Amino acid sequence: MEITAVDKLELKELYDRFRDPATIKALAYEIDKEAQNLKESINIMEVCGGHTHTIMKYGLKQLLPKSINFIHGPGCPVCIMPKERIDHAYILSMQDDVILATLGDMIKVPGSRGSLQDARSLGADVRFVYSPLDIIKIAKENPDKKVIFFAIGFETTTPMSAALLQHTIDRGIKNILFHINHVTVPEVMKELIDSRDIHIDSYNNKIDAFIGPSHVSVIAGAKIYQPFPTKYNRPVVVSGFEPVDVMEGVLMLIKQFNQNRCELEIQYKRSVTIEGNTNAQKLIDKFFTKRELFKWRGLGNIPYSALRLKDEYKEYDAEEIYADILPIEEIEDHKLCICGDILRGIATPNECQVFGTACKPSSPLGSCMVSSEGACSAYYKYGSIIS
Amino acid sequence: MCLSIPSKVVSIDKDRCTAIVDTIGVQREVGIDFIEKEVKVGDFVLIHIGFAMNIISQEDALESIKVYQEILQKMDEEERRQAIIDGDNCSG
Repeated sequence: MEITAVDKLELKELYDRFRDPATIKALAYEIDKEAQNLKESINIMEVCGGHTHTIMKYGLKQLLPKSINFIHGPGCPVCIMPKERIDHAYILSMQDDVILATLGDMIKVPGSRGSLQDARSLGADVRFVYSPLDIIKIAKENPDKKVIFFAIGFETTTPMSAALLQHTIDRGIKNILFHINHVTVPEVMKELIDSRDIHIDSYNNKIDAFIGPSHVSVIAGAKIYQPFPTKYNRPVVVSGFEPVDVMEGVLMLIKQFNQNRCELEIQYKRSVTIEGNTNAQKLIDKFFTKRELFKWRGLGNIPYSALRLKDEYKEYDAEEIYADILPIEEIEDHKLCICGDILRGIATPNECQVFGTACKPSSPLGSCMVSSEGACSAYYKYGSIIS
Repeated sequence: MCLSIPSKVVSIDKDRCTAIVDTIGVQREVGIDFIEKEVKVGDFVLIHIGFAMNIISQEDALESIKVYQEILQKMDEEERRQAIIDGDNCSG
């Protein structure tokens, strides 16, 4: 094969090179050779739903030896949103003077009263925004309405909510409010390890290593995973989202096992540093503080795993302002849905009895089927490629 | 929500703290509030929900590509060697 020199990058090469089938195959070959020296099989959790989709879309699992298993993690902000929070969004959207704005697939996820899509069909003004800053325009065009931003996402989207609040304050806008549902990655990773330690008899798929999320790490820095190799004895490699990135991440992890190392490494060096984006971190620290407890769908209450607005910004906090109409009672998930086990990494979508039958992307029972990052959605979309 | 591909900076409006970026031929305006270094036209950036999150390091991207090319070359050599061994063992 002719090796072409690349001195200067073109935009196209930044994705083509990292999706190149020959490179994926070569890395699979390297992994296979390296894996022959493993003392035992290893289970790698890819925390982020973006990685799950890459693994499914490019059939990466099928390229790996049997001694390497992927466990799909809970890194899908829509999937982990409990019904209680979706009900909040639903109730807020049904107020006469409210426009509810949110991101992504959130409008399709069913709560106990229905989805935001259902609310819209009943006359609620629910808007999907591409960027939180679009909300400023909506607020200006609707001065008689309160525009509530139902903010979701991990460390990746938190700075954008903070930026919207900064713009809201700077421009003296009085009709933008926030319902904050931002969650954090390290706390749920700890919960997944701890819960396996507690239920050691019922969980036979212990997590041996992590592939760390890409974009979360761009913002928060790879430093947030340092406790996992040092305190929990689990190596972490922060990988990019392209298939070549994931394969190289897997290879780096196997080498750690073979060389008796347990470290935090960055594969995705073109975008991730140890420190992360300090401008974004400062803005997050300015407006947000940790919640003592936050319920994750399927995973239950996890301490300090989510953020809320600081008390000094409570005039912007829809949860405070509308506290009297927002219920706090816990709501059970659908009995047949096993999203909880899937998010915990102890079941795969095809083990669910309603997968692809009663639960489909067009009529989802659980959130993992709704979100484009959900494991069920990935199995539904790409399952036929690999079966 | 997380999947995004690199975009190229086409123009910058410093006063509004925004840039026009090109994502495989589609141009759009994004916020550059979080970028720590000075963004230049021609830089590659990662976009997430309307904001540039960081400038992609071309140096690191090129370094990775070089490593992959070496792996590819090594594999080609292994394959050639394997083909020769297979040929030697050919019973036909």
